[in-house]
Amino acid sequence: MREITVTQALEEAMIEEMERDERVITFGTVRAPALANKFGDRRVRFTPISEAAFTGIGLGAAGSGFRPVVNWGMVTFSFVAMDQIVNQASKIRYMFGGQADFPVTFRCTTGGGIQLAAQHSQSPYSMFMHLAGLKIILPSTPADAKGLLKSAIRDNNPTVFFECSRLAGVTGPVPDGDHTVPIGVADVKRAGRDVTVVGLAYYVREALAVADSLAKEGISIEVVDPRTLVPMDAEAIRASVRRTGRLVVVDEAPATCSAASEILALVTEDPETFRALEAPVQRVCAAPVPVPYSPTLEQAALPDRAQIEAAIRRVLEGAPTGGQTCR
Amino acid sequence: MSQEKTELVEILRQMIMIREFDLLAVELRKAKRIYGALHPYVGEEAVAVGVCAALRPTDRITSTHRGHGHCIAKGADINRMMAELFGRADGYCKGKGGSMHIADFAIGMLGANGIVAGGMPIACGAALAAQLEDQGAVAACFFGDGATGEGEFHETLNIASLWKLPLLFVCENNRYGAGNAVESVRPEADISLHAPAYGLPGVSVDGNDVLAVREATREAVERARRGGGPTLLHCKTFRWLFHAMRDVPQPDMRSADLLAQWRGRERDPIARFEGVLAGRDLVTAADVQAIRDRVKRDLAAAVEFAEKSPYPDPKDLLVDMFAG
Repeated sequence: MREITVTQALEEAMIEEMERDERVITFGTVRAPALANKFGDRRVRFTPISEAAFTGIGLGAAGSGFRPVVNWGMVTFSFVAMDQIVNQASKIRYMFGGQADFPVTFRCTTGGGIQLAAQHSQSPYSMFMHLAGLKIILPSTPADAKGLLKSAIRDNNPTVFFECSRLAGVTGPVPDGDHTVPIGVADVKRAGRDVTVVGLAYYVREALAVADSLAKEGISIEVVDPRTLVPMDAEAIRASVRRTGRLVVVDEAPATCSAASEILALVTEDPETFRALEAPVQRVCAAPVPVPYSPTLEQAALPDRAQIEAAIRRVLEGAPTGGQTCR
Repeated sequence: MSQEKTELVEILRQMIMIREFDLLAVELRKAKRIYGALHPYVGEEAVAVGVCAALRPTDRITSTHRGHGHCIAKGADINRMMAELFGRADGYCKGKGGSMHIADFAIGMLGANGIVAGGMPIACGAALAAQLEDQGAVAACFFGDGATGEGEFHETLNIASLWKLPLLFVCENNRYGAGNAVESVRPEADISLHAPAYGLPGVSVDGNDVLAVREATREAVERARRGGGPTLLHCKTFRWLFHAMRDVPQPDMRSADLLAQWRGRERDPIARFEGVLAGRDLVTAADVQAIRDRVKRDLAAAVEFAEKSPYPDPKDLLVDMFAG
């Protein structure tokens, strides 16, 4: 199978969906010359730096028969559009009694690790998960990125599509043809017996690297990638935990009210899965600080392989010491 | 009856319906037969009716928290509006929205909105859709003077003008943003002056003169349909009643003299229009009374419809969350 980057995979998805459906339009503050040359400046627009307006424009055009892909750029910039996201997009369908569909996709980059400092290194997907009414996607591979973006564009609901900055240049195999990935279906990236590690985005890769290393000691790690945070494939994660009896969740958002917290709750609330647990569950998350600039500080703020490995060893020992996994 | 007369009588009927609907809603809310918050449109009827009289059914609008008038003027069914106020299953939103969130997408009414200026970008998106479809449709967004303090107002004026979107910005300057007089929050009284800064035409009009509003809208809409881009229409009117009520109306701090001036026959948009029609021998006092009687009957029937409608079943709580 051919190997391409996440960025290339996302561009392929955009081209294919715009070819497939002329109602797909796209806009954002950054010019997209390849798309504009192919589809023209009516369907591919660049906007003034007015996130609130163009977020709502996407919503209004979606309610009027189009399928806009709105590109916020970094998720950072979505925060100036919070009225349109929180008060409008997440509520508009339900609040009006399901009169109309709003097939709009909001794209944004997310995450730290590339020295962009506090404002441009955020991982706020749990803020969006908390709003009933948005679908939330967070892929970790080029194939999933392409397949899920295509599914998001075809989905009839407002969808936020997070693109992990550190994964943009990562290559991986992507199937030819109309490759789609269903929204709401997790993927077991590596099968194992001893510990389930749920990773998000960049930390799927890191979990896989730790799993490789621990395999040499005979420790068998199962790595599960939810891929979609709303709807969350709770059953796939629970099924994995029932097989292994142990769970570590790794993400670069701070732990408080995080996707990691939600995953732990979904696992431990389920009686059958709870009874299968052989050790307390663990989160490996970012420190509760704005992500700092200097590489030494940034590395200290974000999870790393050593922390993932330490958490795995704690759940294998069954009795965490020190108690505090997430700082 | 000539086409023109039919249209003018319908304009009068709609204005009376809006006023009576909201006066009735206030009484229903005081009696706790309906719930939540209520923002009456009384006194501003000429804006919604004048604008919508110049729109087609295929044109789309967005509304505000004070939205009943826009619904009625765009052609919404008062039975389903009333059922929504009563929180019933036959309401426009199946009881999920209430007064502040009535919408009827089938008639191009894309929703009332509890956030000041929140509907403006959505209307801008509807205008983008109209531009892309190229069928001559337009969009209109209603907003109050208070919305001029929001970023979304400035952002949408700029983008709509830049992209020459077929959009009509209708500022209902009722002189109060919630409890604050407009002059206490704006250094410049003429809201139409925002338009030249963003490169679009701005027009101020007597918002209590329904025919002046219709004429100004016609000009703006014709320009928009021809690809000439958006217009900012500043309609000067007056909010007769309080900003909002829940169990009781918010206290009204305005002077009795001021209220009396605006509520007098010289300024009341309905009384003025009745005078215009009578002066042109288009209606008699008996005709107007017949319209009022019919409106009252229709509203009584709407209340009966609403009360007969069942409350939504709690088991349907999650219905309509996501599209399939």
